[in-house]
Amino acid sequence: MSAVTLDRPAVTLADLTAFIWAEADLLDRLAYKDWLKLWSTDGLYIVPVERGVADHANAVNVLYDDAEMREMRVKRLLSGFSMSSAPPARTVRTVSRFVETARNETSVDLRAAQVIVEYKYERHRLLAADVDYRIELSAEGLKLARKVVTLINCDDPLHGIGYLL
Amino acid sequence: MHSEDAVAERPWGALFEGDRADGAIYRDPALFDAEMDRIFKNTWVWVAHDSELPGPNTFKTGHVGTSPVLITRDKKGQVHVLLNRCRHRAASVCEKKKGKQSVFVCPYHGWSYDPDGSLRKVPHRWGYDENFDPADYPLFSLRVEQYAGMIFATFNADAPPLEEHLGAARKWMDLFMKQGGGFGVKVLGQHSFRFPGNWKIQLENTTDAYHFPIVHKTFLDSLDEETENVFDVLGQGGWVEDLGNGHSVMVMIPSLIDLEADLEAPIPDRFADLAAELAAEGHDDLTVRRLVRAVGGTGFNLNLFPNVACSMAFFRVLRPVDVATTEITHVAIGMDGGESVGPANRARIRLHEHFQGPMGFGTPDDAEGWERVQRGVRAGEGMPILVNRGVSAPEGTAEPGHEAGDVSSEVGMRAAYRMWKRMMDE
Ligand code: FES
Ligand SMILES: [Fe+2]
Repeated sequence: MSAVTLDRPAVTLADLTAFIWAEADLLDRLAYKDWLKLWSTDGLYIVPVERGVADHANAVNVLYDDAEMREMRVKRLLSGFSMSSAPPARTVRTVSRFVETARNETSVDLRAAQVIVEYKYERHRLLAADVDYRIELSAEGLKLARKVVTLINCDDPLHGIGYLL
Repeated sequence: MHSEDAVAERPWGALFEGDRADGAIYRDPALFDAEMDRIFKNTWVWVAHDSELPGPNTFKTGHVGTSPVLITRDKKGQVHVLLNRCRHRAASVCEKKKGKQSVFVCPYHGWSYDPDGSLRKVPHRWGYDENFDPADYPLFSLRVEQYAGMIFATFNADAPPLEEHLGAARKWMDLFMKQGGGFGVKVLGQHSFRFPGNWKIQLENTTDAYHFPIVHKTFLDSLDEETENVFDVLGQGGWVEDLGNGHSVMVMIPSLIDLEADLEAPIPDRFADLAAELAAEGHDDLTVRRLVRAVGGTGFNLNLFPNVACSMAFFRVLRPVDVATTEITHVAIGMDGGESVGPANRARIRLHEHFQGPMGFGTPDDAEGWERVQRGVRAGEGMPILVNRGVSAPEGTAEPGHEAGDVSSEVGMRAAYRMWKRMMDE
């Protein structure tokens, strides 16, 4: 990826979707430490509780993670001491329906659909979400600068989720 | 379908004796129906905080037991709790979570209701004869009373006044509301989630400090050392106290009972930046100290039977859905001081997200624990659920005459189950 810059047509939708699929694969495999490395240092990972909220910082969210919170969260999920994530529900996820919504010299915004099927205690649950990504180009390649996962039912009762969306 | 008579005949109260309960209390569907009748249709049930109805013609929807309700503030400011059920042929009249409107129009045949529940207009009135009077068909209205900004409703016209029902809990509600930092308390948002388990499993948990260091180890591990010491809930001489009528308080951090005390104490390092931000908003030194001290909430959980708790820094509301499904709402609260307290409210929101909600560092583990109770209780017919834990409360803590035990005791659960038994036997 070393020679790729965003203002050249070199970063294609295929590059971006490959990046997002690799992220999804890390999450399903609980490879959370590698997942942390996908992020830019000031990246924000947000799961809102209401649809259509613009000012996430002043709203209650399911999660609103900067780098420090992401690291603490990963430590917790992998610690073996969290009853809901030791083990977590198994997950199989797909991300698709990619739409590029903005592009400038340093980043691309994408919108996509995500469907996760989770399984625990003989019960399947379906978590559908719209996901907004901002993907930045850094010296080391593509980085996640922002990921907002808006669950289809985010404003209704959810359940304890012991893994990452 | 159960028959009403069969429900009435069963000696439900006998399922709890002294300090133990029969496992059937979590899993018998007929008992659940009886509870909805004898408890949730009989006593005061929390429905809203005053700040959730911020002006004339505002509303939110909710439940009293299993009944969907509409909680409204009319144009004169009075609060009403109305069954969300059209008087014509039962359609729900409103499916929004909250909002502002001066009329509720049933979508089916267009009967329209005022926020106080009165039937304003019936389309094509000519199809009813002259004896039909819309005044006879208001939305069903529950009794409503409030204390310290918390709004309760009941189906029971003969229930004692709310303040009498709350009794000794009122002092703790007043203390809890001091986290408004002098500006009053305001709802900032909420999380809600369901777990596959009986509602009483959650009711017990609000006064269960015993589980905290075990279940919430990963939360504690994520804190800086100073904060971790604050959350050493078993090691600070706390206690649990029966407040009567099923209510109880569990004090975990005695130094955070009264948020207006000790304002001259030095501001902890971890709040230095927040204090500077608040000072930059123009608050004087005393106000900054009051806001900073209030930012983390109180050091106690107040459990109000049967469905709400004032839990450290938020309201925990339970809603029984069916015998093995319970919905929990964690209502985040902050200071009602507008933009100038923005930094404090943002800090409160981030603290709330850290522990609470479907992906918090605490809640998913609680929910898993509660589900495990519901899974486990399928085994062991006749084996009791034990709520007998507890040694004496530290000297000079609880009010004389109140049953009390150490902070890890199950006194609060026994208090709740005694009230449960009283109501189920009535
Ligand atoms: S059911 Fe409401 S108007 Fe007919
Ligand atoms: Fe807990």
